[in-house]
Amino acid sequence: MKILKYLIKRDIKLFFKDKGMFFTALITPLILLMLYATFLGNVYRDAFVSAIDMVGVKVKDDVIDALVGGQLFSSLLAVSCVTVSFCANFLMVQDKANGTSADISITPTSPSLVALGYYLSTTISATFISVIATIANIIYLKNVGWYLTATDIFYIFIDVVILVAFGTALSSVINFFLSTQGQISAVGSIVSSCYGFICGAYMPLSQLSEGFRTVTSFLPGTYGTSLLRQHTMGSAFDALENEGIPLEIIDSLKEAVDYNVVFFDKTVSTSTMYLYLAITVLVLIIVYVLLNIFKKKKKG
Amino acid sequence: MDAIRIENLTKRYKDVLAVDNLNFHVKEGELFAFLGVNGAGKSTTISIMCSALAKDEGKVEIMGIDIDEKADAVKRLMGVVFQNSVLDKSLSVYDNLESRAALYKITGKDFKTRLEELAKLLDFQSLLSRPVGKLSGGQRRKIDIARAIIHSPEILILDEPTTGLDPQTRSLIWQVIHELKEKNNMTVFLTTHYMEEAADADYVVILDKGKIAAEGTPLELKNTYTADFLTAYGIEEEKAKETGVPYEKLRDAYRFQVSGTQNALTLINKYPNTFSNIEITKGKMDDVFLKVTGKTLTGGDKQ
Repeated sequence: MKILKYLIKRDIKLFFKDKGMFFTALITPLILLMLYATFLGNVYRDAFVSAIDMVGVKVKDDVIDALVGGQLFSSLLAVSCVTVSFCANFLMVQDKANGTSADISITPTSPSLVALGYYLSTTISATFISVIATIANIIYLKNVGWYLTATDIFYIFIDVVILVAFGTALSSVINFFLSTQGQISAVGSIVSSCYGFICGAYMPLSQLSEGFRTVTSFLPGTYGTSLLRQHTMGSAFDALENEGIPLEIIDSLKEAVDYNVVFFDKTVSTSTMYLYLAITVLVLIIVYVLLNIFKKKKKG
Repeated sequence: MDAIRIENLTKRYKDVLAVDNLNFHVKEGELFAFLGVNGAGKSTTISIMCSALAKDEGKVEIMGIDIDEKADAVKRLMGVVFQNSVLDKSLSVYDNLESRAALYKITGKDFKTRLEELAKLLDFQSLLSRPVGKLSGGQRRKIDIARAIIHSPEILILDEPTTGLDPQTRSLIWQVIHELKEKNNMTVFLTTHYMEEAADADYVVILDKGKIAAEGTPLELKNTYTADFLTAYGIEEEKAKETGVPYEKLRDAYRFQVSGTQNALTLINKYPNTFSNIEITKGKMDDVFLKVTGKTLTGGDKQ
């Protein structure tokens, strides 16, 4: 346990001291923030307003602000929990690339313990950053339109933890096969640019083709985004209902922002979404453990 | 007792035979030089010795322990100074050594005591809080050595430890290595591209294409593979010609190449007037290496 403690301490210190790795982890959330600040925020606001105007009911501005803010909040967290985990976990590749792994491999410490060290340190670093991002987002929502309940906040933190676990497990399996700085850059760029699209953070999946939506309904990230949408926007939608907006309109708005995931014409329940994510994390962890067990001695 | 014993060691990478039926042993407390151009099989052999790489055939024993039976025990007996520093550049010297020591279960008070000893021995007390990436080449090498011996190993493997260092720092590093060897009877296994460093070794093995091309003490190798040089000062070229021995004209002397010290003495006795102000020198390890492998070893480049 003592060895593990020192491994985790080293890995976490390295992640936060390596400014390149740290800021790379924040690139995707920053892109998202920029997109919202420049046009996406207005696009979604207009969509909400025009849908509500059709009914002819006057709705308080802060409900709209809470919906737009909640969408931004959920998109940001859906992306950052995974991309930050990926970047933090690049340390294991960096260690291979700069020879540190060779230095560690000549010690009597078992490779499995070293692998566990990378996993736990990534989880801790990514959770820390994601929790700070969550708190910042909650403060933002408090200022623009506050409809979150204590239960919502509790579930948002659960969502963050499970998405970080998913990001860490996925990156552990992928990074296992990487060994050079070039591969880090390539995979980092792909993850940063693509993950936001396929999880529906940059653009709701409802706006994309049916084929693409069917594919994404198999991806765990889609469920993560949806869970966050439900917990960041659910109470604001309830407020809309209380203001007298018909359920059909609210449902169509929910569909537009990927509030629910439809899997072959069936709406997936919240508990199933959690179960699917948990099983995915478990499977990925098992794959990672098996990879480490069957890993042959380095071939030099 | 042999510190390292290698028998019939073979390692292949697909079609390339990196190490070809290698046999040698290193005595305890010895400075052993392991020479060869890049790709000769040195690093592969070291990786196998450290249990970081699987061998195809053969047997490796470290301090009498078979690496196949007790790899972890063997790992505790060896420390490695890698060719390039593998410490974490953004972490401080203290953090680096603390995290590496923990991998040998040296933590808390034990770590602090060992750190104090090493800081005194290698004189890096003032560097403890500095990031490794901000240290000079020589300072970083000292920390690399401290990391390699943090667990008080019996065998220190130095993989080109002084490449790229200035002469003053190289000298300092060697002073430390000799001190460790003398005080702790540490066995030192050295690979180097500086032949003058190999000349100080107790035993030398020259590797070529995964096989031993030559081995022996530096003196034995020089006697076998190079000539002696007899330099005569203050003579006219006519006298040099008179000897009938091939010579080279220097600025203020003539250097004759003779096969062995005995022949040099015979020549001196035969031409006492010519060889009144003389110097007899052995060939250099560079000449040995060139003769054995047909290649020169200069700063890592194969020529």
